[in-house]
Amino acid sequence: MNLEKQSYSAKLDKRSKYLRSLVLECLIGGDRGHMGSAMSLIEILRVLYDDILNYYPKNPKNEDRDRLILSKGHGCLALYAILADKGFFPKKILKTSSKFNSILGGHPEFDKVPGIEASTGALGHGAPIGLGIALGARINKKKFNTFVIVGDGEINEGSFWEASMIASKHKLENFHIIIDYNKIQSYGKTKDVLDLEPLKQKLQSFGYEVDEINGHNISQLKTYFKKNKKSKKPSALICHTIKGKGFYFAEQNPFWHHKNFFTDKEKKQLKECIKN
Amino acid sequence: MRKTCLETVFELAKTNKKVVFIGSDLGPGVLDNFKKKFPDRFFMEGVAEQAIIGMSAGLAMQKFRPYVNTIATFITRRCFEQVVIDLCLHNLPVTLIGNGGGMVYAPLGPTHQAIEDISIMRTLPNLTIISPCDAHDMKNLVLQTTKIKGPIYIRIARGGEKVVTEGFKSKIGKALVLKKSTKYNFLTTGITAQIALDAASKIKKKYKIDVGVIHFSTIKPLDKVLLKKIIVNCKKLITVEENVVEGGFGSSILEFCATMNNQERKSDIKILGLKSSFSNKYGTQDQILKYNNLQDDFLCKKMYKLISDDKF
Repeated sequence: MNLEKQSYSAKLDKRSKYLRSLVLECLIGGDRGHMGSAMSLIEILRVLYDDILNYYPKNPKNEDRDRLILSKGHGCLALYAILADKGFFPKKILKTSSKFNSILGGHPEFDKVPGIEASTGALGHGAPIGLGIALGARINKKKFNTFVIVGDGEINEGSFWEASMIASKHKLENFHIIIDYNKIQSYGKTKDVLDLEPLKQKLQSFGYEVDEINGHNISQLKTYFKKNKKSKKPSALICHTIKGKGFYFAEQNPFWHHKNFFTDKEKKQLKECIKN
Repeated sequence: MRKTCLETVFELAKTNKKVVFIGSDLGPGVLDNFKKKFPDRFFMEGVAEQAIIGMSAGLAMQKFRPYVNTIATFITRRCFEQVVIDLCLHNLPVTLIGNGGGMVYAPLGPTHQAIEDISIMRTLPNLTIISPCDAHDMKNLVLQTTKIKGPIYIRIARGGEKVVTEGFKSKIGKALVLKKSTKYNFLTTGITAQIALDAASKIKKKYKIDVGVIHFSTIKPLDKVLLKKIIVNCKKLITVEENVVEGGFGSSILEFCATMNNQERKSDIKILGLKSSFSNKYGTQDQILKYNNLQDDFLCKKMYKLISDDKF
C-alpha cells in the first residue's frame, strides 16, 4: 500500500464533523488549544469508542474496562469530545476548557476528568504506564486490553523505546500502541526535525506486530481493530493522519499545532468547515 | 542496610500478594529467593529507569505495591520527571529504594554520589522520604511501607553500619530520641545519627555536657510535633546530613522554624552537610565524610563552640 499517495482528503461524514464540532466548543470556549493535534485523532478515537473498547461511563473505574491512555496528552480536546459524547461528563462542560475552575485542562488529568486513565502531557510517559497496566492485567488474569496513543513527535523520546523493549520481552499481547503519524511536530515536518523512518521496520525490530493504515478511514480502522491478532507480540498500529484534518487552512500547517486567540473570522471559518 | 531492606520486601511479599519487585539491571543473584518463590511478581528489567518508573505506576494502578530498586542517583536524577508525574502526581503507592544515598559510592565518583537526592525529592508533593540509620531501623520502617497511601523514597545509606536503634520502635513520620538532652541536640538523618552519637559521647567525656541526638528517619513529612517541642525548649541545635545543605534536611528544619513566631523560637540552629560542590575525591565513604567535616571530632568541636558562644 503506497500510503504517501493514498488520499486523505475524503469528505468527513456527519459523525466525524459532529465530533469536530465538540472539539471546537473546547477551542473557542477556552480560546486556545492544540487544534491540529486533536483533529488528526478524531477518527481513531471515534472507532475505538464506537466499536471497540469496553467502557462504563456511569462507572468509569469498572475493573473490566479496556484502558486507553492518550500519551500525546496535547491531543486531549479530541478525547474530551468523545468522552462527553459518550456521557462520561456533560457536554456543556466542554466550553469551559482551560478556564480557571474547569476540569478540562490543556492536558488531561486522571483525577479530574472521568474516563481519563492517566495524566499526560509531558511526552513519553504513556507507553511505560500502559506497559505496567498490561503486565498487571496479566498477573491478575484480567482480559481487558490496554491501548496507548502516541504522537509521532512524541516517539522521539527514549522512554517510548525503553517501554517497547520491555513490552516485547514480556510478550505483552494485551498491549497496543497506536501512532498518530501526522508527520508534523511542533517545529515542522518530522522528516526534517527528527526523521522516524523507516518507522515500520523500527517498530518491528523492537518486537511489535506492526500494521499501517489511513487513520481517517473508518472502515480500515474498524477492520484492523476487529481482526484477530496473529501473534503473541504487542501490537503497533501506524495511523497515517493529517494534522488539523477537516480544516483546509489548518491541515498540515504547523502554525495550527497549538492556537490561542481566535479572530471572529477564524471562528467563522472553523465552523463553516464542519457544516453538514 | 540494603540487604535488610530487600529481604524485608521479600518478607512483605510473602504475606501481601500485591507486592511486586522491579530491579534495573542489579547485580547477579539479587533477591533470587523472591524470584524463585514469586516469579510472577519479580521483574529484573534492563537499564531503562524511565520506563521502569512508568511501569511501576501502571502496576500500582492495577492495585499492586511495586518496590523499585536501583542506584539512588539514577532514581532521583535520570527519571525525575517520571517520579514527579507518574508517581507523585498520580499519588501511587510505589516505593523507590535508592542504593548508595550520600557518599556510599565514593570511589565511583560524582556520577554515582547522591549528594542532593534529599534536596531533589523533598520538593515533591505526596512523596514520603525515609532515611534510616541502621538495619534495625530499616527493617521496622520497610515493614510499615504497605500502610502508606502514596509514593515513598527510601535512601539506603551504607552496609554494615553500627546498629544504634535496637530497643527503639521506628515509625514512619516519627523521629527517634536516641539520646536525650533538654538543652543541646544534634538533629540527624541517615547514618549521621551514629556520627552524632559518637560526638555526643566525646562532648560528655571531654566537657561533661549532655548533648542529645534526635534521629529523623522520616525526612518528609517531618515529625512536626516533636520538632516544635525541641525548637521551643532547646537552646542549641545542629542538624547533620550526608547531603548538600541547600534544600536538604537542615533546610527543612529551618523552613519549619520560619512558620513559628519569634517568641516561640528558643533555639540557635546551625546546619551541617556536604560541601556544595561535586566531589573531587574518591577513596572511602568515611574519608569523604571526614573531608566534608562530617565526623565526630568536628561535630564535637562545633557543638562545644556553639554552647560556649552562649556562655561567654
